[in-house]
Amino acid sequence: MAKGAKTPKPEELSKIDYSPPKTRWMETPVEFKPGTFCYGARPKYLEEVDFPNPREWASADEDWKLPENWKEIVLEGMKDRLGKYRSFQLFMDICVRCGACADKCHFYIGSGDPKNMPVLRAELMRSVYRKYFTSGGKLLGKYAGARELTYEVFKEWWYYYYQCTECRRCSVFCPYGIDQAEITIMGRELFNLLGCNTDWIAGPVANCYHKGNHLGLEPHTIQSNIEMMCDDIEEITGIRIEPSFNRKGAEILFVTPSGDLFGLPGVYTCMGYLMLFHELGLDYTWSTYASEGGNFGFFTSNEMAKRLHYKIYAEAKRLGVKYIIGGECGHMWRLIHQYLDTWHGPADFMEVPRSPITGTVFENAKATKMVHVTEFTADLIRHGKLKLDPSRNDHLKITFHDSCNTSRGMGIFEEPRYIIQNVVNHFYEMPEDTIREKTFCCGSGSGLNAGENMELRMRGGFPRANAVRHVHEKYGVNMLANICAIDRAALPTLMQYWVPEVDVCGVHELVGNALVMTGETERTMDLRLEPLPGKEDTEEEDE
Amino acid sequence: MGAMVSLVAVLVLILIAYVGVKVLSLQALFGVFIPYLAVLTFFVGFILRILKWARVPVPFHIPTTCGQQKSLPWIHYSRIESPAGTWGVVVRMAMEVLLFRSLFRNLKTELHDGPKLAYGWEKWLWLGGFVFHWSFLIVLLRHLRFFTQPVPGFVKIMDAVDGFLQIGSPHLLMTGVTLLAAVTYLLIRRFYIPQVRYISLPADYFPLFLIFGIASTGILMRYFLKVDIIKVKELTLGLASLSPKVPDGIGAIFYVHIFLISTLFAYFPFSKLVHLGGVFLSPTRNLANNSRMKRHVNPWNYPVKVHTYEEYEEEFRDKMKMAGIPVEKDEPETAEADSEESEGKE
Amino acid sequence: MYDGGKIIIGLLIFLAFATFPFYSNIGKSVAKPEPSLDTPVIKALEKKECVESKDFMRRNHMQLLIEWRDSALRDAKRDYVNSKGKHFRISLQNTCMKCHSNKKKFCDECHGYAAVDPYCWDCHFVKEGGR
Repeated sequence: MAKGAKTPKPEELSKIDYSPPKTRWMETPVEFKPGTFCYGARPKYLEEVDFPNPREWASADEDWKLPENWKEIVLEGMKDRLGKYRSFQLFMDICVRCGACADKCHFYIGSGDPKNMPVLRAELMRSVYRKYFTSGGKLLGKYAGARELTYEVFKEWWYYYYQCTECRRCSVFCPYGIDQAEITIMGRELFNLLGCNTDWIAGPVANCYHKGNHLGLEPHTIQSNIEMMCDDIEEITGIRIEPSFNRKGAEILFVTPSGDLFGLPGVYTCMGYLMLFHELGLDYTWSTYASEGGNFGFFTSNEMAKRLHYKIYAEAKRLGVKYIIGGECGHMWRLIHQYLDTWHGPADFMEVPRSPITGTVFENAKATKMVHVTEFTADLIRHGKLKLDPSRNDHLKITFHDSCNTSRGMGIFEEPRYIIQNVVNHFYEMPEDTIREKTFCCGSGSGLNAGENMELRMRGGFPRANAVRHVHEKYGVNMLANICAIDRAALPTLMQYWVPEVDVCGVHELVGNALVMTGETERTMDLRLEPLPGKEDTEEEDE
Repeated sequence: MGAMVSLVAVLVLILIAYVGVKVLSLQALFGVFIPYLAVLTFFVGFILRILKWARVPVPFHIPTTCGQQKSLPWIHYSRIESPAGTWGVVVRMAMEVLLFRSLFRNLKTELHDGPKLAYGWEKWLWLGGFVFHWSFLIVLLRHLRFFTQPVPGFVKIMDAVDGFLQIGSPHLLMTGVTLLAAVTYLLIRRFYIPQVRYISLPADYFPLFLIFGIASTGILMRYFLKVDIIKVKELTLGLASLSPKVPDGIGAIFYVHIFLISTLFAYFPFSKLVHLGGVFLSPTRNLANNSRMKRHVNPWNYPVKVHTYEEYEEEFRDKMKMAGIPVEKDEPETAEADSEESEGKE
Repeated sequence: MYDGGKIIIGLLIFLAFATFPFYSNIGKSVAKPEPSLDTPVIKALEKKECVESKDFMRRNHMQLLIEWRDSALRDAKRDYVNSKGKHFRISLQNTCMKCHSNKKKFCDECHGYAAVDPYCWDCHFVKEGGR
């Protein structure tokens, strides 16, 4: 087992050799380097969602305890998916290996491993596709770039398809829009046919399926967590907030990733939502059943993702809400934007979302009936409905990290920026080639934010951290804002490693700080219960 | 290895045509039969390939959004990089197909001391690809003068513009030279850039060598070795009008040229060259970013096993009640059989 | 979502362009060009011979003519010695066109067929009678 793999120091880790090995890639066997891969899924998690081949196994083991006919299952699985996903079939056929994607992948930039170039990561599977599904490959073998599917090859897939965060940066640069995420998704579907999930993904999936959220928070825990946040809000503002749970007849259902309900700095973002909605007097409810916006099922299989996201519409229907607002989350929003309606729509039991405060009708969400919270808030600010005091964020110099999924699978760039510019006084962009559609992944997306693969995460996050370091050195940036729960969970570790001077927050934490609430006492603390600038205790004042 | 295999393959093809014509006098085979077979293979193969893709659905709406979405009316959205409607998609696709928009974004990532990553200017691949494809297209269209009579005006104009430098006689056509230069560049970068070399397969070198062979035999034929162009046109026009004839005395270089072209045509549908058609079908590019406005239907969407609210409440009812969270069934446990729905809709 | 209709339309457009050479020639039979040697001067010739062999001229006349132009205009050399050692005066007007006085039936016959538009006559003058 990889337990206790020590992550090298940044100075060592940043010595990256980009020259390819002497041996050709097909003849270079995969090596499971400790610190770069996740543990195998425990059987109980697979059993809970009726997944095949639950067993005790370890990804570093020689024997993965695959069923006898594993090869048949994989090839059948490929065939099935080639007939179901045009993206998959097309992306197997049309790559010209121009290499434009190569140095666009954060894992390649951070590791120098040529199999992390998106083109080669895809070739790992294409080579097998050619062998079994094309006449050229059957006939000419390796001269056509084809190879047998062996145990070794299967493990190689597994190793590298859990070194891809499905961030889609490669697809921005590909002249045909070939998206490695699509291929990684197919790869992971195949692994799950054989019970080869990672523990870090399988656990949240099982939790979410039964308890409604990845963290496995039970209804009373959700409620008490939120109440604790309300206690803190009361301490900060003197205002008591009483949010409702599973309330029928509310106008709006609010769904956010469970990361916002538990753990720092997610809860600060959540406090921001609570304060904002309270100040607006919004008729909304939380749900303990649909208590997860994110979806680790998506890192497992399309079917599992669909099973998990069923709860959102089902709960909206049960509670009879008019529409849904979704919190800050990356892959959650890729799925809501591009998948949810297809899976579980049409959502005609709800109404086209309309802000009760400004009257704005969210035409862009008229089918899905789900509004992104930053769309909602940006609209409020635009209409002058919020009283904001950005100087309360004056201790922060902010830069904004565009999350992969919301950037390249949704295109939400301006809304969070507009909010930030209205709630803080010091905002600095990272270099242009590292933001918006060219943004870099945190290195831990798509279920890779485990502990045992820390070296991989630090490597994958290197380009992002490097850009943060740039604005930190240039402008003194000390806070990295984002709209993604995985970012809020993963980036603090990444910053600690590469740019320890920079902390991480959600956009609505900044909103919560700046929001002037009706009847609030004078604020002396920010949402982290740290003294506001100029409001420090007397003893600290004279320093 | 890949490069050697491909080079040898193309040399063998040249030799086959040369020997076939010079020694075995198989002019009809190389001038008529093989070209017909190749063109037929191309059309049938290409159509079948497109239909193969067309038969596979696009289950999800997955455009890669490279710009601001259309959301609030006062936020300027990116009509081309993140199109909300059909026209935006048409423009996006046109830019992709005609101008290689995505490749134009290319950057060079460099790691400097510090460590510091830098993203530098790198448009050479775009330029090489752009010159290559456009030159090839113009060269191809210019060749219509061999397959039509009378020759359409646009072909004559292309010829005149392409040869406007009026160097030599027959005048130099620029696109022939730029095609050869671009294909050479694309070959050299495969040798020279270690990463690209590492990923290159015989299937990458072969078409480049083949096209290099086609362009250079064409140039040799026009400017240096010389063939009787009237006889060539008799042959090519005969092919096009389906009344093939093989005039005597056309130089072997012509048969080598047409044999390499035939190879390219026949090889096309079975190779990566199908990106010609594939690029139009790429779901990350040809879909509008409007999936929250308009429902995308997945034809194979099937019901899945879900965990219903009833099952959830069953498990946590007591805890919910204790926490004051409303529940559906407030009465104490009854033996009443639930009509539990454990299938999702559809 | 298949978008089958759009794909078929796209395919048909592609085929309409790609098969143009075939359908544009349907039913047409184009006579091959027959450049005419029927001029009084050629008729009067004892030995009907051009400056070089017929085969050479068919392939290379364009190159020969451009060399003649350069030689006459740039180097003021108007003497051409052919492969058999015979001397000719370098002049399109007075040597070539003396025999081939029928531009239309001789030059244009093939040039039209091959869609070639040489710029000889941008400068040179064609005698009306020769047409």
